[in-house]
Amino acid sequence: MRIIRTLANAATLLLFALPLQAAPQPDSDPLASPRWVDMQRMFFRDAEVVFDDRVRVSAPTTAEDALNVPVAIDLGSLQGVEEVLVFADFNPIVKALSYEPGQARANLAFRLKLQQSSPVRAAARTADGRWHVGGTWVNTTGGGCTLPSTGTGSPEWQQRLNEVSARRWPRIDGGTRLRLQIIHPMDTGLAAGIPVFHIDTLDIDTADGRRLMRILPSEPVSENPLFTLDIPPDVLGQGAIRVAGRDNNGNPIRAEIAP
Amino acid sequence: MKGLSHILRRLACMLLLTLSTAALGQTRDFDYRLSPQQIADGVYVLIGKTEDFSLDNGGDIVNTGFIIGREGVIVIDTGSSKRYGEQMRAAIARLTPLPIVLVINTHHHPDHFLGNQAFAVDTLAALADTRRAIEAEGAGFLDNMYRLNGDWMRDTEVAIPRRTLTAGPLEAGGRKLELVALGGHTVADLAVLDTTTGTLFAADLVFNKRAPTTPHAEIKRWLQSLDQLQALRFSRLVPGHGEVTTGSDAIEQTRQYLQWLDQTLRDGAEQGLDMTEMLALTVPDKFAGLAEVRTEFRRSVTHLYPAAEQAALQRGR
Repeated sequence: MRIIRTLANAATLLLFALPLQAAPQPDSDPLASPRWVDMQRMFFRDAEVVFDDRVRVSAPTTAEDALNVPVAIDLGSLQGVEEVLVFADFNPIVKALSYEPGQARANLAFRLKLQQSSPVRAAARTADGRWHVGGTWVNTTGGGCTLPSTGTGSPEWQQRLNEVSARRWPRIDGGTRLRLQIIHPMDTGLAAGIPVFHIDTLDIDTADGRRLMRILPSEPVSENPLFTLDIPPDVLGQGAIRVAGRDNNGNPIRAEIAP
Repeated sequence: MKGLSHILRRLACMLLLTLSTAALGQTRDFDYRLSPQQIADGVYVLIGKTEDFSLDNGGDIVNTGFIIGREGVIVIDTGSSKRYGEQMRAAIARLTPLPIVLVINTHHHPDHFLGNQAFAVDTLAALADTRRAIEAEGAGFLDNMYRLNGDWMRDTEVAIPRRTLTAGPLEAGGRKLELVALGGHTVADLAVLDTTTGTLFAADLVFNKRAPTTPHAEIKRWLQSLDQLQALRFSRLVPGHGEVTTGSDAIEQTRQYLQWLDQTLRDGAEQGLDMTEMLALTVPDKFAGLAEVRTEFRRSVTHLYPAAEQAALQRGR
């Protein structure tokens, strides 16, 4: 990837050096994906989009398991984020999820299914309406989206559907880490004979009703999704964390996570 | 449909490979250049490279072996491809006119059984769980092996062993063997002790100067298996990957790495680390001498961390 980026940079420099050439595209994709223009059209329309190094996506360069590709979104010092979109250019269902950070940090980690090698990107919308985009390439042998979930083959998930396991950890900075796993097959609808079935809303709030984060998962989020989020100091106090959500069939998700 | 898509994918793979090979002006003779080393009376090994599968090595990354008895030959694992199996059989035929009477697959990983086609079907044998696992997962492995090793795999198909082996003494080809049925690297791992020479074929329960692989591992059971191997009396040990050794150094090395891996995964989960944070951890210097250790550690996190996470989340209740 570094080579491609270097080539892209070299090409940009060359354009600068030749004043008769057209002006360089300010939004040329650092990941050099042929799908970027489609992505831009699909998600951002006329909004302003910038590639921003503060938007970091951590994922393995080569995914060992296409059904569980770990991804962590870190927005670093970017302030005033209202919404974050995560998508993979070459997935048959491009959008993996979106989230709206409330009083939690704007970072989120989870795992997704990849059908083939693809850029995995995060786009963060700040209050001024501008989208800040970062990402990384993940290589995989794929097949992650058209395989049936293991859950559909076992009777267990039906009894445990939407069951929540969660735990809080105190962080060195005085904040709290929350890890949260929900039993759900997260079927994409792309495996023959298995209809789409996934969690679509997850609200994570303080006991007194302040929003920590709203997560809107799409089909590519891995089976039995596990989310990792961080909450800054002095937000939670001694209160519980409330989780409320549902899947696309209307089955509710409810849990309370005591300190 | 599934069969067809396998074939199409394989054809596409081969076409791509042919094109790229042609473009580079390279030719391959697909000769593994197998040269059996005699390590004891009648006991031979073929030592593979301590690398990952590649288009260059064609899957010659595994140790296989054979024992020439008074009346026949016993083969232990058949390599990664039909070509490997055929070339192994030819190498055996150069050393002895005796028939091959027993072909053992120590476990169900593809580098240990995809050479089976080169041998008579009724000589192929494995533990019952290994036979079942080859049947269940063989096709998936095969696709992946075509992708990784390219045309070295040509015409390779899964040949499921027909004979079921059980633990205990077994006489074959006029040679006395002790079969030790263990597990932990996979659902079933068979160690084979040649009692005449004290040679222990430890299968992939033991790696020598090569990081252990864990796609089907259950570390606790694997560690118990290592204890059982160490309690056996053997004069030399053939690991699944890496050089032959006379002591228990390779067993100890494998044990220390697995213990560190297990502890690291549990500690990480207990501290609430995300998988991406686990993948970023560095492997301690003491394991730097194990080939492929950084890659294998990251793979192991993918395979094994989810179970550690679930256990840690349950403890939080």
